[in-house]
Amino acid sequence: MLSKKTMPERIFDASLYVFLAGIFLVTFYPFWNILVISLNDATDTMRGNLYFWPRVPTIESYVTIFRNPEIWNAIQVTVLRTVVGTAASIFFITLLAYPLSKRSLLGWKYFSFFFVFTMYFGGGLIPTYMIIKSLGLIDSFWVYIFPGLIGVFLMILVRTFMEQIPGEIEESSKIDGANDLQTFFRIIMPLCVPVLATIGLFLAIGHWNSWYDSYVYTYKPELKTLQAVLVKILNQFQTAGMISDAQQLAQGSKRIPVSSESIRMAVTMVATLPIIMVYPFVQRYFVKGIMMGAIKS
Amino acid sequence: MKPATTLQTRSDINISPPGKRRWAILKQQKYLFLMMLPGLIWAIVFAYTPMVGLYMSFVNYQPTLGGFWSTLFTSEFVGFEWFRYFFNNGDFWIVMRNTLASTLITLLFSFPMPILIAIAINEIKNVKFKKTVQTASYLPYFISWVIAANIIVTLLSSDGAINGILKFFHITNESVLFLQNGKYFWWIVALGNTWKDMGYSSIMYLAAISSINPELYEAAKVDGANRFKQIMFITLPHLKPTIVILLILALGGILNAGFDQHFLLGNDLTRDYSDVLSTYSFRYGIQNGMFSYAAAVGMFSSVVAFIIVVIVNYTAKKLNGQSLF
Repeated sequence: MLSKKTMPERIFDASLYVFLAGIFLVTFYPFWNILVISLNDATDTMRGNLYFWPRVPTIESYVTIFRNPEIWNAIQVTVLRTVVGTAASIFFITLLAYPLSKRSLLGWKYFSFFFVFTMYFGGGLIPTYMIIKSLGLIDSFWVYIFPGLIGVFLMILVRTFMEQIPGEIEESSKIDGANDLQTFFRIIMPLCVPVLATIGLFLAIGHWNSWYDSYVYTYKPELKTLQAVLVKILNQFQTAGMISDAQQLAQGSKRIPVSSESIRMAVTMVATLPIIMVYPFVQRYFVKGIMMGAIKS
Repeated sequence: MKPATTLQTRSDINISPPGKRRWAILKQQKYLFLMMLPGLIWAIVFAYTPMVGLYMSFVNYQPTLGGFWSTLFTSEFVGFEWFRYFFNNGDFWIVMRNTLASTLITLLFSFPMPILIAIAINEIKNVKFKKTVQTASYLPYFISWVIAANIIVTLLSSDGAINGILKFFHITNESVLFLQNGKYFWWIVALGNTWKDMGYSSIMYLAAISSINPELYEAAKVDGANRFKQIMFITLPHLKPTIVILLILALGGILNAGFDQHFLLGNDLTRDYSDVLSTYSFRYGIQNGMFSYAAAVGMFSSVVAFIIVVIVNYTAKKLNGQSLF
């Protein structure tokens, strides 16, 4: 720097730093706070004023929830639906994106409109519930997979990517006598790996975070996902928050002491942790994703 | 652009009548159609069949032991009776007020914040600090509303961090019961929405800023413009198209007050303020079994939202030559 910064410039710089430090605090501190509460003794937490550091540090709450069969089962269901749902969606989205990436497809305009229209208009909560019920998907694991199988927005991302693949690559495959199906599996799909990784992350996060389907379409406890269990805990906390959880803890009750804030926060942490773990990858890909979406719109 | 495929060339020189030619193309593209088939079935079953199911809102649907469709089409036709019922009982105004209040107050915070964040990030030279702030600010976008609601409930509880701050600065001496009092509800949702989305939304603006020619700033410096003036006369004018488009889009979602946040943060005590179109329809339909009424409320909100989106798309097209469709 040749010129020394003037006083107003310094004040300007300082206020930018203060503003962004504030943004950092506001977005980061809540996560720190739930970590602190989850690592504090459940009974001691009821005294309140836990802000920066656990007062009585313990991992007891985590031990409790991992011993709890309901939570343990919910974690397994959630992992299963995330893996199966993401894989199935990637496959069927790509399969649909390929024909729609070809303008020469007979009736391309009509088929495209047929899918895009579903992004802007739908039957809504009640008819959807009725359809899912009439298909026998209530209390079935498949209710997590089929209704959300195709994401039209993600399909458009993949389609845009495919449109940018040079036509010569396909031509050479066609000349070798491959049909569309063979070209798709041997040439196109491997080339699409970067965009499939991007939509895969979005799909996986969506599955992990999804709670409504489990909350509304399933009754069996063994089908509940982690997020749905967390909704139940939140509801119970909000309505019956005053019940003494200390008593429940003391009696060694098998039920989750739902009004215990430490335990609620421990479940919240367990539900958040996988997101934080895939986060570095997400951050790399989603900027690309959001920009691709922006170009499209 | 891609070179013409063999298919197009062949169909161009084909002189047979259109019907036959179409059949030939169809035969040639059979694998493409085969690949499209699962997607078509999915769209018909899970997107278009519910639209047909909206017929529920015109009948008096009562669940029976029979199948959904046979019950639906033998139910008594009542025309627009459910819509009339919705508009004429007092709930309509409360639900509409809440929906609009929630989305508009949200807009008040969540619209300017990403712009400010993007400009501030752009002005700061310390890369490490920048990256740290960005990483933290994107995180809330990726967690579910279930987790966000759990965090918000904890922060706002009587011995939570927010009340701790208020008491520390002696703004209040007693804990404020934020979530038990309806008058705070819209503001909590608005700030929650902003907290969740502001970092992520700033990416759009950062991308727009990065496309500004750096020479403009150099020239401004030579002319003696300070950094504040550079923001006012270079950065902001260049962001204007992005701001306008995103504002129009945001206005398009004015009836779409998210289901999750209102359902998860609302409770019996705050119902008069937390009930929005989607949660109202959910409560009457799935929780109370008034399926036809709830479907009518849902249909009202989908149709109006669709009309708004069409208008918004038209406006965006006129302004920028860009289309959403």
